Order: sequence, then C-alpha cells, then structure tokens
Amino acid sequence: MSLALLSMENLVCSYEGHEVLTRITLEVAAGDYVGIVGPNGSGKSTLIRAILGLLAPDSGRVALFGVPVASFREWRRIGYLPQSMRHFNPAVPATVEEVIRLGLLPHKRFPRRVGGRSDTPAVERALEALGIGGIRHKLIGELSGGQQQRALLARAIVGRPELLILDEPTTALDPETRERFYTLLGELHRVEGTTIILVTHDTGSIGSMASRLIYVDRRIIFNGTLDDFCHSKEMTAFFGEASQHLICHRH
Amino acid sequence: MTLIDMFQYGFIQRALIAGSLIAVLCAVLGVFLVLRRLSLIGDGLAHVTFGSVALALFANVPPLAVTLAAIPLVMLSSLGILKLMERAKIFGDAAVGIVASLGIAVGVLLAGLSGGFSVDLFSYLFGNILSVSREEVILAAILFVLIIAAVSLYYYELLAVTFDEELARTSGINTGRVNTLLVLLTSLIVVLAMKVAGIMLVSSLIVLPAVTALQIATGFRTALFLAAACALLSVVGGIIASFTLNIPAGATIILLNFSLFLCAFLGRRFVRSEGG
Repeated sequence: MSLALLSMENLVCSYEGHEVLTRITLEVAAGDYVGIVGPNGSGKSTLIRAILGLLAPDSGRVALFGVPVASFREWRRIGYLPQSMRHFNPAVPATVEEVIRLGLLPHKRFPRRVGGRSDTPAVERALEALGIGGIRHKLIGELSGGQQQRALLARAIVGRPELLILDEPTTALDPETRERFYTLLGELHRVEGTTIILVTHDTGSIGSMASRLIYVDRRIIFNGTLDDFCHSKEMTAFFGEASQHLICHRH
Repeated sequence: MTLIDMFQYGFIQRALIAGSLIAVLCAVLGVFLVLRRLSLIGDGLAHVTFGSVALALFANVPPLAVTLAAIPLVMLSSLGILKLMERAKIFGDAAVGIVASLGIAVGVLLAGLSGGFSVDLFSYLFGNILSVSREEVILAAILFVLIIAAVSLYYYELLAVTFDEELARTSGINTGRVNTLLVLLTSLIVVLAMKVAGIMLVSSLIVLPAVTALQIATGFRTALFLAAACALLSVVGGIIASFTLNIPAGATIILLNFSLFLCAFLGRRFVRSEGG
C-alpha cells in the first residue's frame, strides 16, 4: 500500500460563523494526480489553506506525510502555487530569478542562503522547464499574468517537491499557455513522479488528466475517476444530464 | 573657510559618521517596511520615543541615558503594535495609531508635570545632529553592526515574507519571528534616528530613501543599495548645507531626500514615456 502524503479526517472549517467545509475526509497517495473541482465559493481554496496549515480548522485532522500539519516541518517536500494575483506583493522589486531562488529556502538551515552557485543548477532547470530563461532578470511585478504564473510555478518546483499543490493556477492564462501548463504538469507527474493536487474550476480539462477527481461543494460530492464520474447515476442526478455530459465529453 | 576645513571639526565628523550609519539603517529597513505597508510604524514609534524621552528627562538622566532608556520602551511598544495586529485583529495603521497616541499622551503629561516643554525636549522633537556626542557615535556604530548582521542573516526570510507571507509560511519560515525581528530592529533605528532628524521627522528617513529606490530598482538587492545610497547622499549633503548655510540639519536632510525622490519619480516617468 502506498504512503498517504495527505490524509484528512472529518475536517470542518468555518469563516465568519459560516461553515465552509463540512466533514471532509480524503487521502492522497504518492503518485496520485488529484483534481479538486467545484463551483465558485465551494470551499476549494479553504480546503487548500487547511491542508497547508494556513487556516486552523474548527475540528478534524490534517496530516502531511503522516505528520499533523501543525507540527509538520519538512516543507522541502511540498511545492505550493497559490492564486498568484491574490497573494503576492507585486510592488516588491524582485526579479524572476530571485523569486525562484526563494523556492529553495525550505532546503536550507539557518542562516538560509539561496543566492549561491550551488543552487544555480536547480534554478536553471526550473527556468528551462518553464521556458522563462529570457525573463529571468525582469521584475515579477511587471510581467503578464501568464508569465507571473510560470515564474511562481518555477518557484514551486525548483526544489523538486514530492507533493505539488496548485490553487487555481490557470485563472490568468490564455488557452494556449493553459494547455502548455497542463502538459508540463503531466510531465512532472509522469517523469518526476510528483504527486499533484490541482484545484481548478476547469472541470472538463482536469478530468482528462487527473487520475482522480474530487468534486467539492462544502462537502465532498464525488471522489473517484473521471470514468466513474461519467457513469455515476448519482452524479447525473446531482449535476443534471447536460452538465455531466459537458464535463465528460469536452475532450 | 573651505569645505576641507569644515571636516576638521570634531562635531562635524561625529555628525557625518553617526548620521551616515543611522540613515543607511533607516533606508535598508525602510525598504522592507514600505513594501509591508508598515511605513507608519516609524512615525508611531517616534511618538512613543517622545514619551520615553519625556520620562527620561523627567527623571533628570544624562543625554546618553535618555537614548538608552528609550530603547527598551520603544521595543516593547513595537511588540505591542504587532500583538494588537495579530491578536486583536486590528489593522496595522490603527494599531500604530493607538500606540502612538499613548506615547504622545505620556510625553505631554510628563512634560506638564515637569513644568512645561524644556529646551531639551524640543531638541529631541526637531533633532540636532550637530550635537551628537562621541558616546552616541559609538552606540550608533554598535547598533549598525548588529542591525546589518541581523538583516544579512535573515535577508532571504525577510524577502520571502515581504513577497508573500503565506507562501513564506509554506516554505517553513517562522513568519512571526521574522515580523518580530523587523519591528524590533525598527524600534532601535527610530530611537537612534531621533538625534538626526528629530522625533517629528524620523519616519521620513525610513520612508523617503525606500520609495526613491523602489522607483528605479531593478532587483531587490539593488533596491536596498539604492536606498542606502540615497540616504547617505542626503545626510552628507544635508550636514554640509546645514553648516555652510546655517539652516536646520534635520529638515535639510529630509528636503534633500524628497528632491531625490522627485528626480527618481520624474526620471522613471520620462524613461517610460520614451520607451512608449
């Protein structure tokens, strides 16, 4: 049986008195490619924040690599790509390369240094993988949404994490860049063996790539393969035949 | 008298050394504070410094002891601001406002009890860099080494938290410790800087070089060096102008800082318009 990189049991999260997530129980094993989908406001981002310990749940248990998230210290094993537009400070005059180097911080002990030559090969690899070598000296705040997203993904993968968590990474991307982005994730999964948890509202796209689909709407509505999803009568009843057909036959 | 003659005076030498060290510290920390939208913390802590100075003068302590006494009080206040933000869920500007008004209230009360505002208290309010003592230069040098060492050791953590605090947490960075370090270092420089620019103008030393550098920086490290260079230029220019033209040093330093900001701002606009 493969190791559970993420396990979550009866998780309940509230925001300003309203229950956002209700009794979420799930496991992600090494080598999984999990797509978490659901409508706007369904609690997908809250779920990611709870997984990463950025949000204290009302009740329930979250463990990363078998360790409760509150005492988890091996952050080098995890790469995280947040919804870029919402979080990072674009006024910071950091170059793309400086931002990518920050992704190596979890690998360092005090005093943490990520500017050295020993880290350059990893940075070069990440720049090349994302095709952003040409903008390495540009300020991240002055780039387009797609370029910023690629720089932040490079930051997330530069340390070769075992588990990659991405929160709606394709929101700012045009269709062509989005396709390239999904292709890259597929390669990371296949070639590097990276376990991926990808949150998106793009149910059609993720369904064809992920090994497992989790549909969240405050609780887990569905957890299985796309094939199961498409043949599930419960899902037909939940989504309606037309919506289910749209999700299943977009590709 | 030539410019060279001027530098032979001990008080000018002390002013240049202490002023340069303090201005560089203000500028470097200012870059982090401005980007974290904590620029006003300098102003708030300066108000607390006013209360601390009034307390020290009320107790009739010697000049160096006034500075030394203010350090722990201002450090405690900076932690108070941080706790108010974290625990009471108060926004940074409101937390700074609470602590700043408390500092001023204590200062005014103590000044009143000691028979009104003395000349000493006014000198701290508006600063007098030309009266810096040898002991104060030594204190500035010691704190310069300590603060630069702390910023160097925590450089990448400070950058990561400034860029994205949540992302920094998921990189295993203790963001609470980094934030505490930042406000404690800020309290140290605010107390030191009161002799250069005075309590009223101290936050300008933190904000202006930083915003100037951020107009034209091409990388984070470059921003820190540019801010330090602007601060240095303003202090040296300000002291020379103050001495030769017989005008207040603190205000001159700030006006020079503002001129540099204006040049950087207009220069950036010009470059952008030329670039289409």
